[in-house]
Amino acid sequence: MNEIKDIDSEKVIVTENLTKRFGDFTAVDNISFEVKRGEIFGFLGANGAGKTTAMRMLCGLSIPTSGKGTVAGYDIFKEPEMVKKSIGYMSQRFSMYEDLKVWENLELFGGIYGMHDKEIKTKTDELMDRLNFEKERDQLVKSLPLGFKQKLAFSVSIFHHPQVVFLDEPTGGVDPITRRRFWEMIYDATASGITVFVTTHYMDEAEYCDRVSIMVDGRIEALDSPENLKKTYNAKNMDEVFQQLARKSKRKAD
Amino acid sequence: MILLLMPVIQIVLFGFALSTEVKDTQVVVLANSNDDATQRIIDRIDASEYFDVVGYVHNPKEINAAFRDGKAKLAMVFENNFSENLKTDGTAHIQLLADATDPNAATSFIFYASNIISNYQQDISTQTSSGLIQPEVKMLYNPQLKSAFNFVPGVLGMIMMLICAMMTSIAIVREKEMGTMEILLVSPMKPIYTMLSKIAPYFVLSIINFATIMMLSVFVLKVPIAGSFISLFVVSLLYIFVALSLGLLVSTITNSQLAAMMVSGMGFMIPVMLLSGMIFPIENMPGFLQVISNIVPARWYIDAVKTIMIKGLSIGDVLKDVGVLVLMGTVLVTISLKLFKVRLE
Repeated sequence: MNEIKDIDSEKVIVTENLTKRFGDFTAVDNISFEVKRGEIFGFLGANGAGKTTAMRMLCGLSIPTSGKGTVAGYDIFKEPEMVKKSIGYMSQRFSMYEDLKVWENLELFGGIYGMHDKEIKTKTDELMDRLNFEKERDQLVKSLPLGFKQKLAFSVSIFHHPQVVFLDEPTGGVDPITRRRFWEMIYDATASGITVFVTTHYMDEAEYCDRVSIMVDGRIEALDSPENLKKTYNAKNMDEVFQQLARKSKRKAD
Repeated sequence: MILLLMPVIQIVLFGFALSTEVKDTQVVVLANSNDDATQRIIDRIDASEYFDVVGYVHNPKEINAAFRDGKAKLAMVFENNFSENLKTDGTAHIQLLADATDPNAATSFIFYASNIISNYQQDISTQTSSGLIQPEVKMLYNPQLKSAFNFVPGVLGMIMMLICAMMTSIAIVREKEMGTMEILLVSPMKPIYTMLSKIAPYFVLSIINFATIMMLSVFVLKVPIAGSFISLFVVSLLYIFVALSLGLLVSTITNSQLAAMMVSGMGFMIPVMLLSGMIFPIENMPGFLQVISNIVPARWYIDAVKTIMIKGLSIGDVLKDVGVLVLMGTVLVTISLKLFKVRLE
């Protein structure tokens, strides 16, 4: 068993014909892709293209209708609990407990992921130091500005050093400078061996990814590095690539 | 804090302010022949804790004025030569006038006042030893007709429902609104533990409130626990369980705190107040409302509490109530767990 996992360990996420139907509606239609360890994998698509559903399946929040998938070597059908232990997750709304202090949030989530008190304490100190958060340590999360909250939410999602972190439109509603800083944090995370799976609809952010997949109407229409995609579609930037593909959509964006 | 104080406030409110008991009601008296019999009756009225004779008036106009100014709630008019008529004819007339702006209260005034007068009548008839048959009325379980006996079980039923159902559902839906629920669900914690940990504080809170209400009712309102405290506690735990599962159900079907509050407020609180027998007796309701009242958990709980606490019977005598509550709890938990799983998929 172990050997098989070692061989596959270079591929952190593998899906084969993963499908999710809600009644007659096929939200995710036979998607197959692989994500390598340490990669930043961008998951693009218009609203309603099926990004969030696909991501929820990979996180063990939603059971696929058919297909296969493994995350961090664990089957998403058979071992959702093991999958959950190996991943981090940051949702569109940076969901922290607003009425808890910064360190209390860290302690809570560390505890939920089964970290030891000592480990939580040293990692909290280290994190506060790295983010320059010493002053804010004892503040309530709701009193922090948006950019701070976002950084904190990301830090929480990788606090237990997961193999993969899923970021669901993490940079909605913040200014370009904060976004830029946020991406620096993402790079730091990959440097420490964490694989990043990120959905976004900012096309400039797509350029920061190692590889990008573009979803249209539940299917993956294109999957490659940003450079190759631009070449293939003869486009100046990712935005043009996206426009060409998104035009095929028959679904109404919701 | 608010949740801990609420039962105290409610008990005090129901116990003193909203009491339907008559206490120190102001009475004015119109007695033109100030004779022996009138004086005795007036003394009795004044001596009772229900009434307070605040003044004597000399003509009907003054009675009207007293009512208008709110100086009196009840007026007693003795006919002229009251004592003499009583002695010679054996009958004499008293007119009772009550301020019926509050009809329930007015009825009670009249009831109490008539009681006192007929007591007096009994006394004099035994003295003259005439052969009248006098019914002797005894109020079982609640000899002083204290309303506390009725509302303590009611408040218990209401507070538990409020804390368990309403607060639990709001707390869980709040997590959904904030998005933290999603984070908790992606975490390796089993969803069922997440739910249990959300419910736990309200469970503890309900038990504290239960203890508070018990202490208040025993020590402040002097409502004794006639039956076994253990039985009472077991039944209450069961009711808390039903209320918590209701809260869980609401939290799975609603997505905003406001909706959760509306559903539990409208859907649970109002039936608890109106259909559980707490304020209006179930026997007096129209047929279809009686049927509806069967699905209100508080109805069964309040019935069980009354039986154990007031009548002093044991848990064996409330098996029907217990059975219904167990059934309700099981059904509710099953439904909400099923819905909860569906939502995940």
